[in-house]
Amino acid sequence: MSNQPLTPERAQEYWKRTSGLMWLMLGIWFVTSFVIHFFAPTLNTISFIGFPLGFYMAAQGSLIIFVVAIFWFASKQNQIDEEFGVADE
Amino acid sequence: MSGKSTSFIDNLGKVYAYYTGGFVTFTIVLAILEQMGVPNKIIGYAFIFLTIGVYALIGVLSRTAEVSEYYVAGRVVPAFYNGMATGADWMSAASFIGMAGTLYMLGYDGLAFVLGWTGGYVLVAILLAPYLRKFGQFTVPDFLGARYGGNVARTMGVIVLITASFAYVVAQIFGVGIIASRFLGISFELAVFVGLAGILVCSMLGGMRAVTWTQVAQYIILITAYLIPVVWMSVKLTGIPIPQLMYGQALAKITALEPALGIAKGHVAAFSNAKGQFDMLAAVNFFLLIGCLMIGTASLPHILMRYFTTPSVKQARQSVGWSLFFIFLLYFTAPSYAAFAKLEVYQNVVGLGIDQLPQWVKAWGQVGLVGACDAANAAESFAMCKGVVGNADGVLQLAEFKIHPDAIVLATPEIAGLPYVVAGLVAAGGLAAALSTADGLLLAIANALSHDVYYRMIDPKADTKKRLIASRVLLICVAIVAAYVASLKPSTILSMVAWAFSIAASGLFPALVMGVWWKRTTNVGAVAGMIVGFGVCLYYLITTQFYGAPLWFGIKNISCGAFGIPAAFLVTYVVSLMTPAPSQEMQDFIDSIRVPKGDVVLADASQGIDK
Repeated sequence: MSNQPLTPERAQEYWKRTSGLMWLMLGIWFVTSFVIHFFAPTLNTISFIGFPLGFYMAAQGSLIIFVVAIFWFASKQNQIDEEFGVADE
Repeated sequence: MSGKSTSFIDNLGKVYAYYTGGFVTFTIVLAILEQMGVPNKIIGYAFIFLTIGVYALIGVLSRTAEVSEYYVAGRVVPAFYNGMATGADWMSAASFIGMAGTLYMLGYDGLAFVLGWTGGYVLVAILLAPYLRKFGQFTVPDFLGARYGGNVARTMGVIVLITASFAYVVAQIFGVGIIASRFLGISFELAVFVGLAGILVCSMLGGMRAVTWTQVAQYIILITAYLIPVVWMSVKLTGIPIPQLMYGQALAKITALEPALGIAKGHVAAFSNAKGQFDMLAAVNFFLLIGCLMIGTASLPHILMRYFTTPSVKQARQSVGWSLFFIFLLYFTAPSYAAFAKLEVYQNVVGLGIDQLPQWVKAWGQVGLVGACDAANAAESFAMCKGVVGNADGVLQLAEFKIHPDAIVLATPEIAGLPYVVAGLVAAGGLAAALSTADGLLLAIANALSHDVYYRMIDPKADTKKRLIASRVLLICVAIVAAYVASLKPSTILSMVAWAFSIAASGLFPALVMGVWWKRTTNVGAVAGMIVGFGVCLYYLITTQFYGAPLWFGIKNISCGAFGIPAAFLVTYVVSLMTPAPSQEMQDFIDSIRVPKGDVVLADASQGIDK
């Protein structure tokens, strides 16, 4: 392939790093979406800035983590892209 | 790209700042006019016609005769603005008006919608958006066609897309009709067609380009309209204008009042049944619904196609972050509407004598969204009281108070003692939410028909002009059919909206994700997976909803993706392993979309687009 930017070895390494980040993010997503809310009845006995914590996590806490995690992912993946010289801008 | 549009992109910040300033000025002028005695009806008209007029103007200014402008807005939409447009695309009448009402009714259990309609963007960001952007064609079925060997996979994609999107768009047009008829005082059927005109004038001339810039404008209106009443309410109840933080106090007061009102299932209690005990099945349904809504988010074509419009892969990823940020602003506010309204009802409505009820109860009672059902003949003055038997003691008990979920957002300006101009603003916000989502969905359906079916399958040699004419004709046809169905007020189709997520998730998600992430996925495997996932989900929905079949393991049919998604993954995996591995050309194609830089190497050149 002529216009491909990576050698096969580098491409494999690149994909390994990219997949690693994807699995990490998938883990964060799973914990934030599901695991912490398994404990909602217990968390509700704790008060956090005036909210029952279980309710707070489902209404705001998880959402904040989602937003921050996506921006963190975007910059992290961009770092990987630049390290391998495959960033597209 | 023309010079005109380059300078437009450079000046986006300025353009939308002027626009926002203009809108604020307009609202203030109307507020002053209201104080001077201009009747409410005129104010309602001004809000609805002026905002639709602005959207139409943007639509006309963004008209285009270029295919890539029409389908993907020329791929020049910066991450930040694409995020706003996606926010408006995503948040429908159901989010704007319905969500707070659902939370009022369900308490903690309703948060499944808040979580489910946000967390899916993580999946979009890490699994799909960057790769679909790199692939760089026009539609989601385009990807299925290129990855899975042509028209069979493409057709299957189109079928799932239309099934999931059509009920959804009917519900949006229905929402437009409700809002327009209420604030214009015209019949619902007429209002539906007024709304339809508003939708078509935005999207028809400029396709994706017009829809994008209209959606940004609509986002600004809808978020302003959503925040103002509840900020005011927060000031009224707590003295501090940050409802998102202050409703904790309201929750505490609600929890304290509940025992005296005889409520066992508390507003903040997680996974409890009507007696207030832990309910395993409630927990299972809560988590399955979250899962289906999230995976559905990552499969709905009208959302995924928004990430085709960014200038780069890098910006596609950032854009997902901005999308969720703008959606988050509304969703983390919705529970405060519910909490403040509930506190108001518990403190200042329930327990009062019938003749002492606040003005808003009577006002919204006349519209049929609230009912005070103490008297034996209450149903004569309150439509909501049908079937409720009050004890006629002259005092309103909790069981005698009925409220429609839509009233939570709509009545809050009045509960907070705000002038009518704010009610008009909320109507404009709800209209913006419904119109923007309808635009996105109609475009997704019409593009699937014009690009995937007409151009790809029927007449691949059609020239640009012919293709754009076909797109516009199909857009009008789909819109008219959707408006006609909405005007019939079909009750079943509204409940079918929530199904769209499970349907899209079961039919599209495994094929899309495995297409990028597992090279071994074969054409036969993917198509078999799509058919099985889509089939299982639809079978479960239809048999349980219309033929009285028992639920499987007590799982509600809104979460039919709980069966469809795993089935589709499993079938795709097993059948792929049973069929020969994809060709070297296909593997090169997958390699090429996994890396942001470089050309896309299509395995089958006939699946390419003319750029």
